[in-house]
Amino acid sequence: MENNTAIKDRITAIEPAAVWSEAGDGLFKVPAASFRHLAEQLRHAEGFDFLRSLTGVDEGEEGLGCIYHLENTGTGENVAVSALDTDRENASLPSVHDLWKGAGFNEREAYDFFGIKFIGHPDLRRLYLRDDWKGFPLRKDYDMSLNPLNMENEEANDDSPSYVMTKDGGYILKRHPLFEDQEYVINIGPQHPATHGVLRFRVSLEGEIIKKLDVHCGYIHRGIEKLCESMTYPQTLGFTDRLDYLGAMQNRHALCMCIEKAMGLEVSDRIRYIRTIMDELQRIDSHLLFIACLSQDMGALEVFFLGFRDREKVLDILEQTTGGRLIQAYNRIGGVQADIHPDFVKKVKEFIKYMRPKLQEYHEIFTGNVIVQQRLEGTGVLSREDAISFGATGGTGRASGWACDVRKRHPYGVYDKVDFKEIVLDNGDCFDRYMVRVKEIEESLNIVEQLIDNIPEGEYLMKTKPIIKLPEGSWYSAVEGSRGEFGVYLESRGDKSPYRLKFRSTGLPLVSCIDTISRNAKIADLIAIGGTLDYVVPDIDR
Amino acid sequence: MKRNVDIKSMKYEDFNDNEYIEQMLKELRENGTNVIVGCLDDVIEWGRSNSLWPLTFATSCCGIEFMAIGAARYDFARFGFEVARASPRQADFIMVAGTITNKMAPVLKRLYDQMADPKYVVATGGCAISGGPFQKSYHVVNGVDKIIPVDVYIPGCPPRPEAMLYGLMQLQRKVKAQRFFGGVNKSISEKEYEKLMREDTNKAEDNRDYDESGLA
Repeated sequence: MENNTAIKDRITAIEPAAVWSEAGDGLFKVPAASFRHLAEQLRHAEGFDFLRSLTGVDEGEEGLGCIYHLENTGTGENVAVSALDTDRENASLPSVHDLWKGAGFNEREAYDFFGIKFIGHPDLRRLYLRDDWKGFPLRKDYDMSLNPLNMENEEANDDSPSYVMTKDGGYILKRHPLFEDQEYVINIGPQHPATHGVLRFRVSLEGEIIKKLDVHCGYIHRGIEKLCESMTYPQTLGFTDRLDYLGAMQNRHALCMCIEKAMGLEVSDRIRYIRTIMDELQRIDSHLLFIACLSQDMGALEVFFLGFRDREKVLDILEQTTGGRLIQAYNRIGGVQADIHPDFVKKVKEFIKYMRPKLQEYHEIFTGNVIVQQRLEGTGVLSREDAISFGATGGTGRASGWACDVRKRHPYGVYDKVDFKEIVLDNGDCFDRYMVRVKEIEESLNIVEQLIDNIPEGEYLMKTKPIIKLPEGSWYSAVEGSRGEFGVYLESRGDKSPYRLKFRSTGLPLVSCIDTISRNAKIADLIAIGGTLDYVVPDIDR
Repeated sequence: MKRNVDIKSMKYEDFNDNEYIEQMLKELRENGTNVIVGCLDDVIEWGRSNSLWPLTFATSCCGIEFMAIGAARYDFARFGFEVARASPRQADFIMVAGTITNKMAPVLKRLYDQMADPKYVVATGGCAISGGPFQKSYHVVNGVDKIIPVDVYIPGCPPRPEAMLYGLMQLQRKVKAQRFFGGVNKSISEKEYEKLMREDTNKAEDNRDYDESGLA
């Protein structure tokens, strides 16, 4: 983390019990009892308003706890704080959902995986697994045989438990109903063409106005983070492509970067150029698919075909070099799998020339359409404060006026050498979320154009040891994925497989804010809101 | 009468793994078919195999390739698959595109049960066939054939659109090799099937505690 020195003294002043731990990126270890006080101070006095990532950890003897990665969006300062509770049976931490709204879903995730009770959290249900699931799967002592395949239909559990602090320092479990008896609740998903996968909403309606929305995740939760703990580092790479499959390059880039940072390996300029170009091509691919899917959801089937027509051109270029259409498996620790194809430069230039005028076609057919404008303009407004508080990065955040591009905030690859604009719009409605992405295609074309002629000579794969072992410590690195900040938190105990590997999902903050922005919208607008938020469900569920 | 399964777009000998369908044809011929019923069968199966409607069902990566074969370049409309239905009641086959997790398994079973007979299942990609890269996970079903009967397996991670088209053409061949008259498309007999169905319905009526929120 970049600006740790200045913040160190200030944190020690707020909380003398906080201990600085040097290993890896470095983080503050705070006792669970004094964590809430520190969090409040950091949020209100120090202005750390963006919770980048919340990671549950099982530290064995040291107990269970969470690691909070915070950022001050004004000054760009970063800090990581960890809070552990030594009592494994009844692990509990104070909830920070009121300080950062994005913590709400993340704490539910940590409860689901580790069984950490967050005191004061209003709705501490499991997020991914079934309510009748036994045990907590990401704990190191979890027994796989506890939960055989259960073919009984899941019961709809309508009350949400919460743990409330009592005066004597303990806590009691309270349950309150999620929906009232009189409410009209309809179910959307998990099998629904407009939820972009297997996401499930339960929507409380009054007429056709949405009063409350409850998101159910986990229908495609594959337990990737747990699987990674038993794999060697090169083996873990394979899973990143399958998280957000429309950002396969970028996801893998993030994990490779994190491992390389931990190894202290500098990659050659050629690798950084190739990775950057590939990331941008992938972004174009993803945004084209976004337009295609949004238009299909809204009934404009022609644009679906246009989007796929142009997307195939990108896939052809990627396939020629990497051999894969959707899942490329291209980045490797210390470089890329193979050198670029001899025709790569020529093909990319042809594509840039082809794509620019085609964008005009989308504007003529789709953007300018009256129906599209009426359905998108003014619906699903997400304010800038909410976007930061929820951590809704990517196109969604930028449409709300928050300059949250990781390429600008923490440049990686060769983004510091290229000249590109960060598209930021102010309205925060569905139309702006759409426009941000269309304009980003143009920007991505600009970036690729600047780089494609200047790829330097050099190695495409650095030499690494056959067995990769990382030193002890923890690292966090992030890239700008196709739909927001994709972060990787890596904790190593000096072994050849990670002790804990957490992927900061780009989609989870997006679905956590969907309740806020769709309230008082019409039920039909939910489709447009979901379409423009552009989440990918396997990335949310991991 | 002699029957064969021809697909217009591809030569018979170009298909691999024919034993399974050959076996079906052999049984068909050995049992003998009435000429009238056989002719009717031929006509009906020609129609059925060229208008198989898929259910739009996708859980992960393979779903994007499923969309790609729906788009202009690969265009499965050429084979009669283009009418993708969002409701299982109207679909002929379900293409299980993506990983099936423990939480999704009852939902998939219900979707399958909601489809009208005759119905088919295509397991697409490594995850649906065996759990794929996630086989050792605590929350992944190791192959959808543990939950529902599968007709065609399409390997790949994800399979290329060409592979999907090939798999779907194999499904067409299977449809053509079946007898439409004389039994539903089940590995169990009609009586057993009816009994199972009755048990299912009765159970639900007695208890009335099943989750109605997922009903389409």
